[in-house]
Amino acid sequence: MTDIAATAAPPLIDTRTPRRFMPGWYSVAWSSALLVMLPVLAVFWLALFPTENIWPHLADTILPVYIKTTLLLLAGVGGLSVVIGVGTAWLVTMCNFPGRRIFEWALLLPFAMPAYLIAYLYTDLLEYAGPVQSFLRELFGWQTAREYWFPEIRSLGGAISMLTLVLYPYVYLLSRASFLEQSMSIRDASRIFGCSPLQSFYRVSLPIARPAVAVGLSLVSMETLNDFGTVDYFAVKSLSAGIYDAWLNMGNLGAAAQIATLMMVFVILLISLERIARSRQRQFTGTDRFRSIDRYSLSPAKSGLATLACGLPVVLGFLIPFLVLGSYALRRLDQLTEADFLAHASHSFTLSALAALLTVAVAVILAYSKRLYPGYRSLTLATRLSSLGYALPGAVLAIGVIIPLAAFDNSIDAFMREQFGFGTGLLLSGTPFAIVFAYCVRFLAVSSGSVESSLAKVTPSMDMASRSLGLNPMQTLRRVHLPLIRGGLLTALLVVFVDAMKELPATLILRPFNYDTLATYVYQYASDEMLETSALAAMLIVLVGIVPVILLSRTITSTRQGE
Amino acid sequence: MTAKKALLAGLALSTFGSLAHAADEVNIYSYRQEFLIKPLLEAFTAETGIKANVIFSKKGLLERLEHEGANSPADVILTSDVGPLHDAVERDLVAPIHSDLVDANVPAHYRSKEDKWVGLTARSRIIYASKDRVEPGEIKTYEDLADPKWKGRICTRSGKHSYNLSLIGSIIEHDGAEQAEQWLTAVKDNLARRPQGNDRAQVKAVKEGQCDLALGNTYYYGKMLTNDKEPEQVEWAKSVNLVFPNQDDRGAHMSISGAALAKHAPHPDAAIKLIEFLTSEKAQKMYAEVNYEFPVRAGIEWSALLKEHMGEFKADEVNLGDVVKHRADASRLVDKVGFDN
Repeated sequence: MTDIAATAAPPLIDTRTPRRFMPGWYSVAWSSALLVMLPVLAVFWLALFPTENIWPHLADTILPVYIKTTLLLLAGVGGLSVVIGVGTAWLVTMCNFPGRRIFEWALLLPFAMPAYLIAYLYTDLLEYAGPVQSFLRELFGWQTAREYWFPEIRSLGGAISMLTLVLYPYVYLLSRASFLEQSMSIRDASRIFGCSPLQSFYRVSLPIARPAVAVGLSLVSMETLNDFGTVDYFAVKSLSAGIYDAWLNMGNLGAAAQIATLMMVFVILLISLERIARSRQRQFTGTDRFRSIDRYSLSPAKSGLATLACGLPVVLGFLIPFLVLGSYALRRLDQLTEADFLAHASHSFTLSALAALLTVAVAVILAYSKRLYPGYRSLTLATRLSSLGYALPGAVLAIGVIIPLAAFDNSIDAFMREQFGFGTGLLLSGTPFAIVFAYCVRFLAVSSGSVESSLAKVTPSMDMASRSLGLNPMQTLRRVHLPLIRGGLLTALLVVFVDAMKELPATLILRPFNYDTLATYVYQYASDEMLETSALAAMLIVLVGIVPVILLSRTITSTRQGE
Repeated sequence: MTAKKALLAGLALSTFGSLAHAADEVNIYSYRQEFLIKPLLEAFTAETGIKANVIFSKKGLLERLEHEGANSPADVILTSDVGPLHDAVERDLVAPIHSDLVDANVPAHYRSKEDKWVGLTARSRIIYASKDRVEPGEIKTYEDLADPKWKGRICTRSGKHSYNLSLIGSIIEHDGAEQAEQWLTAVKDNLARRPQGNDRAQVKAVKEGQCDLALGNTYYYGKMLTNDKEPEQVEWAKSVNLVFPNQDDRGAHMSISGAALAKHAPHPDAAIKLIEFLTSEKAQKMYAEVNYEFPVRAGIEWSALLKEHMGEFKADEVNLGDVVKHRADASRLVDKVGFDN
């Protein structure tokens, strides 16, 4: 699933000839994939033991609502993200208009905003008693809700808007990377054939970018599915709401796991469909990546539209929430000196950095092993399944993490007691390791996508040349591949870092005593609609996310030599 | 060299030193937000010298406790509702609390029948009625909410929230399942908007004229009235009257926040001390002052605010264990009626 963006060329190395079997690589890759899969497998296992069969009740009552709502959410968020992400990416890469340089990186800024924050902030702004409607009522003299119509923010439409605003950057990021790599000669050829910029976009650039867009869309979809905070706050009844309801209100964790499994099956189906649709496509990147992009000049009217089109997502997805949050945060600057506050920040930072490193390392191992063993289907399958953690709602993922870790700890403890007469207690559960592990399971999909697509662009002749010069695979990886995919590695590191900073539900459940991250600290208050009290911490989450985001943008831009 | 060795030795010793000073502690898995219980825990540490360690999460702590098993570091489970306590008992995760002090401090209907959990504070789920648009005495019972005259005038949070599930559970317990279904369907028809937001948001909606009646817990009233960081909340509170339903029959629906003792608690004595402290006069007074909840302990003076605005009322004295056992049915009922749609 995560190698969708890989240019799936038939291997130039003959796979019919048995490769020399390198047990080291194979077993390391398999064990990594298996370890990362454990929580997902734990959820599948839980699904086998519901306290009672919930499906008749669900089917009779609320399942149709859950499914319909979820599908609408996916369609809405997915569709809008693609339109905004791809559209703005193309404009910013291929056209000249005022503000283009700023929008290049500014369009990524909403990525630094946690979805739950944006949901709270916009609700505060737009609800009946909020400043916007109050102002309108004053202006027009309306007295009660019955006298005018204003879109209900706490609705499916509201949820779709919120999720789109924070998720479109995935599509933007990947599309832009793809557009940047596109050969100028193909573009020139299309112009020779008389294509206008729009036609060139639609008939040439877009199909070439399709694998990247597909990865972006799959990430957006999985994030939409696993979201609970936003949909819960907006009282939208999606499948994730059903999972938590079955678990917490009906006390049926097994049934909750069944719904989660259903969701993951759905994800697998969607992604498989896309791959099948694309299976016959072959792409090879041209070698003229040294020509700088010859941008289209737009007429003033079109320039204005372009600026508007790029400005809107930035303003709505970042600027407005940032300013509102800032105004709250300024009232509580006294918190900066609290010792606890710095501790929370350092926890966030450490966990996110460790998670980023670990996740990218695992992604590299898996991607490289796939390259070494292109014919080994089981390894490919394991790699794909290990990315499923992204589709699980956070708290369910946490339970999935607790089960194997606690089982491991308790077995070691029991063993030590038997053999040596003393227990070791809990070793991994309830430590920061559990959190980092959970982040790795969750974000592997993201880093895999980036690493694999970067790796796939390295031609196999590099591997062959390296081998013929006497380097073994490990040395080849270190000295040849890693330097070549620097951009993809950095992208993966940065994206996972920012995502981990924002992560909330799994962190809440898995952490040690007296241990808060910025996100969990914010949640304490935000969950009781006291966001203002924790606004400073929330601000810090966003600020810390901005730097990687800008770095990210520069990394992507620099992938095109000559820019 | 010697200086360096001395420094290292000093550092090493100081680590051991701190280990030795790891005096008694008590580990808490809390479903209640930290900022709510922190003042009480600090008072506990000041009085007993026992350090309190906390993890807060609104979900998943019982699962964590269950899987950690005998090696779990948890001593005490603090909850904001009786639901998780009931679950903990059902899943055999708690040990009985044998303490004469606790038995004496807490009335029987706020304790589990087998001493497996104990209520620490109580609150009632009452009706906040608009001062301008609802006459005093116009609504008297929860069952009245189903009256068609309230059509389009009621606001509430999600039917699936544990506070509402608890209320629906009590309706099932007192009126039977069929009646409860009819009641819930009628209330749904009377809603002014789709259930959303928290309890305070409902009072906000009453103030702004979106609805005339709101369901909410009593402690939010105190919190709104004294909110100097957000003065608009004071206005919300001032715009409503408090109605304690069913004063002529069973009394207003109560819920508790509570505590339980983990089965494999590594510090059982400290845990019991904590629970005893939380039911002591000092802590119960703090609960009353800080959180505007009702102390479970008899004879504790309510805070001035509670006394001024609430006064004596009749509380439903059904054992909460009998109410919470209907929770799954209540949840199913919400689905069946489509209450949240």
